[in-house]
Amino acid sequence: MSRARTAPPSRLRSPLGRARGLGSAKEGVEHWIAQRITAVALVPLALWFVAAMIGVVGADYDTMQDWVGRPLPAIVLVLLLIATFYHAALGLQVVIEDYVHGELARIGCVVVVRLVCVALAIAGIVAVLSLALGVAD
Amino acid sequence: MADNKTSQPAALTPALRPLSPHLQIYRWQLTSVMSILHRASGIALSAGGVLLVWWLVAAASVPEAYNAVQNFLGSWLGVLLLLGWSAALFYHLCNGIRHLVWDTGHALDLRSTYVGGWAVVGASTVLTAIAWVAGIWHWVG
Repeated sequence: MSRARTAPPSRLRSPLGRARGLGSAKEGVEHWIAQRITAVALVPLALWFVAAMIGVVGADYDTMQDWVGRPLPAIVLVLLLIATFYHAALGLQVVIEDYVHGELARIGCVVVVRLVCVALAIAGIVAVLSLALGVAD
Repeated sequence: MADNKTSQPAALTPALRPLSPHLQIYRWQLTSVMSILHRASGIALSAGGVLLVWWLVAAASVPEAYNAVQNFLGSWLGVLLLLGWSAALFYHLCNGIRHLVWDTGHALDLRSTYVGGWAVVGASTVLTAIAWVAGIWHWVG
């Protein structure tokens, strides 16, 4: 019972659970929490994104370069890319773990999905930042 | 157990309990369909993320690359995909909020899951319609 006293109040895991890195389902609680945090972040980000996309319907190359490079769109797009691909990696992992049987194939699929999500997020962020910082063109 | 026709011991006779649902004879309900759609829309939106990155990278690249994306998005296939992705986004967004409410331990009774479910169907449909009317309005005007 001293465990409850020694564990920092901000931590939801017991010291033993943290040391093992496993939960009751052999999986950490961090995945669940991160999925919810990114979900909450994506509510305003997604609504902004749709409104922004309506605003740039049919925009030509120069208009688009100018718009993405402006501070507000650039900042929100970077936040959107981080939250989106983090959330996507977590969600797709759950789907893979449900349907891909065989440990090697499952781990392989999760690793590939994570790498692709990280690569896409970085590609999108670099594109936005290059326009925001005037590196592109 | 009382109406077993054979004289086998009870442990050897298959119990007449309901089986897990077979998809062919499964009676669909709003709640299960919405659960499946949440997953499907999430996967679709992940694919939509590829388009978003392609579009942003193209915009930071040469005009030819950007125009190629714009031409694709303006084609009937592109418009169809955008329609699907916008509907998937609003559905996943609204149903995601429903999931977040559940995570707080609220609205988990059967009636609330149906009321919330229909609210999500209505809200995502209306939001998708508003977005497309606004988009076409902005495009024309």
